[in-house]
Amino acid sequence: MSATSGPGPIVSFEKVNKWYGEFHVLRDVELVIARGERIVICGPSGSGKSTLIRCINRLEEHQSGRLIVDGTELGDDLRATERVRREVGMVFQQFNLFPHLNVLENLTLAPMWVARVPRKEAEARAMAQLERVRIADQARKYPLQLSGGQQQRVAIARALCLTPKVMLFDEPTSALDPEMIKEVLDVMIELADGGMTMICVTHEMGFARSVADRVVFMDQGQIVEDSPPADFFNSPRSERGREFLSKILGH
Amino acid sequence: MSAIVHAPVPARPAPALGTGVGAWLRANLYADWKNALATVIILLVAARYLPAIYQWAVTDAVTARDPNACRALAHSGACWGVIAEKYRFILFGRFPFEEQWRPLIATLILVGLLVVSALRRFWRPWLGLVWICGLAAFFTLMHGGLLGMSAVESARWGGFPLTMILTTLGIAAALPLAVLVALGRRSHLPAIRAVCTVYIELVRGVPLVSVLFMASFMFPLFMPSGYTPDVLLRVLAGIILFAAAYLAETVRGGLQAVPAGQYEAAAALGLSYWQMQRKIVLPQALRIVVPGLVNSFISTYKDTSLVTIVGLYELTGALGLALRGDAEWRQFYFEGYLFIGLIYWIGCFAMSHYSQRMERALHTGNRR
Ligand SMILES: Nc1ncnc2c1ncn2[C@@H]1O[C@H](COP(=O)(O)OP(=O)(O)OP(=O)(O)O)[C@@H](O)[C@H]1O
Ligand SMILES: [Mg+2]
Repeated sequence: MSATSGPGPIVSFEKVNKWYGEFHVLRDVELVIARGERIVICGPSGSGKSTLIRCINRLEEHQSGRLIVDGTELGDDLRATERVRREVGMVFQQFNLFPHLNVLENLTLAPMWVARVPRKEAEARAMAQLERVRIADQARKYPLQLSGGQQQRVAIARALCLTPKVMLFDEPTSALDPEMIKEVLDVMIELADGGMTMICVTHEMGFARSVADRVVFMDQGQIVEDSPPADFFNSPRSERGREFLSKILGH
Repeated sequence: MSAIVHAPVPARPAPALGTGVGAWLRANLYADWKNALATVIILLVAARYLPAIYQWAVTDAVTARDPNACRALAHSGACWGVIAEKYRFILFGRFPFEEQWRPLIATLILVGLLVVSALRRFWRPWLGLVWICGLAAFFTLMHGGLLGMSAVESARWGGFPLTMILTTLGIAAALPLAVLVALGRRSHLPAIRAVCTVYIELVRGVPLVSVLFMASFMFPLFMPSGYTPDVLLRVLAGIILFAAAYLAETVRGGLQAVPAGQYEAAAALGLSYWQMQRKIVLPQALRIVVPGLVNSFISTYKDTSLVTIVGLYELTGALGLALRGDAEWRQFYFEGYLFIGLIYWIGCFAMSHYSQRMERALHTGNRR
């Protein structure tokens, strides 16, 4: 798969800082992600996980430091932002499907308008992605006629239609009922097995254990730990990490 | 947004109270005591006033074009004769009498265009071409000066065709302008935001008559000397500017109702600003505000009656013109107003009925 090709890391944060007004939300973030890596980001609520991941496709702007995605430095250059967004797929907690378009139209929109793929080809690609997330039979339905799990799988397929080099997931299962979480995680695991570079904010520790190459633990805007899942889950090095794990694992 | 949305199941009919006229009456008129009371009150009021109205409008009315018979009634009955006598003047204003087949056909073309455009199955690219041809035909017929038709300057156009063309072109131009202004008011560029805000607040702060006056008398002052745009154009510009300010605020309301997640998803997919607006934001924003938009359309339709003030005699103006100068019929303006009131009402009703159907159609597959 082309996702792993190209020189250099896919994402690198160098001393990245971000403020919301007075509030210092990202503090000296250093993070390098290689092509093909699977990263899980976790941490308490409000620690800046969403902000971090949203900086990667510039849904949020950082104010200092360097952020380089697929060899392009993100900054005020709109072209650079557009180029990066074409290579980065994103899946949101709330799905954010376009409710006025049916499933197929949701999937073909960006390929046709951003990548200028002819309609026929865009539809063929879309159907292939829908097969992959096992929802091809719903292609003509509207998003709000689907269950949450189905909607999220459509959202994943939509992001995949632009053949991204890296996929960002921001708590993709948090808005789902328990019985639907698995169907979405299964799709994500398959994606990982296919070699996709993935950066996931999630509290699904089972997923992190089995899929992640590294777990990044954040607290108060800082990266506190960055280690293989086995190390992090068995013997977190920081006090805050231990506290966090005891809360989410110990109930 | 809810996480679980079930596939729709056809609604089961409500438990039947039975069928037939008796059941309908029971369900709609006296299902409980409050309902029954309302029905009784309405019936009493109707019984009190309807006979008198019927007598005035039908039994005692004069339909002949006979002013003496009408005057003999002393308003105890309706004088429909005034309509029979003056309808061509009311409908076509000062357009030369022998040539009035031209505005008639022009109006039919325009109404035809509107009806065709209202039907979804005709929403195809060629519809734009049909509009261009239709409008060309409209203006050719109205203006004349070729194909053996005598030239009629736009100052002499009047009555219903004028009302229709002002409304149609006014709305057709005001809506896109309003969308741009609404987007501008939310722009992150301060200069654009300021211009749009000032425009909206300025135009909304003054009555339409003053906008029309300005358009009519001030507009030429800004033009290169010696060039005065056609009065119709000037008035149209005034109507467009006025309607767009109101529509812009309605559209902005719709823009605000589109969740931030929609913008984010579109941006994450790499859509440019205009692609995002065109494909994602506006389709959702506009369908949210259909009722508000139609409200403004209806206002614009009726507001065209104010152009009389700068010397264009559309429906209302033409009625005044028809009666004021004619001592024999002058006193029967009430019947005249009923007549044009009916015409306005048909137009407004058509718009509001259409908007309700459109709302229902737009929401299929879009239920929350
Ligand atoms: N637009 C904003 N303006 C001001 N503060 C913000 C904004 N967005 C987020 N914040 C604040 O920044 C901090 C980090 O937010 P972020 O959404 O990144 O946290 P998170 O780790 O994703 O939390 P959660 O697990 O609840 O999603 C929070 O304290 C939040 O209140
Ligand atoms: Mg978050």
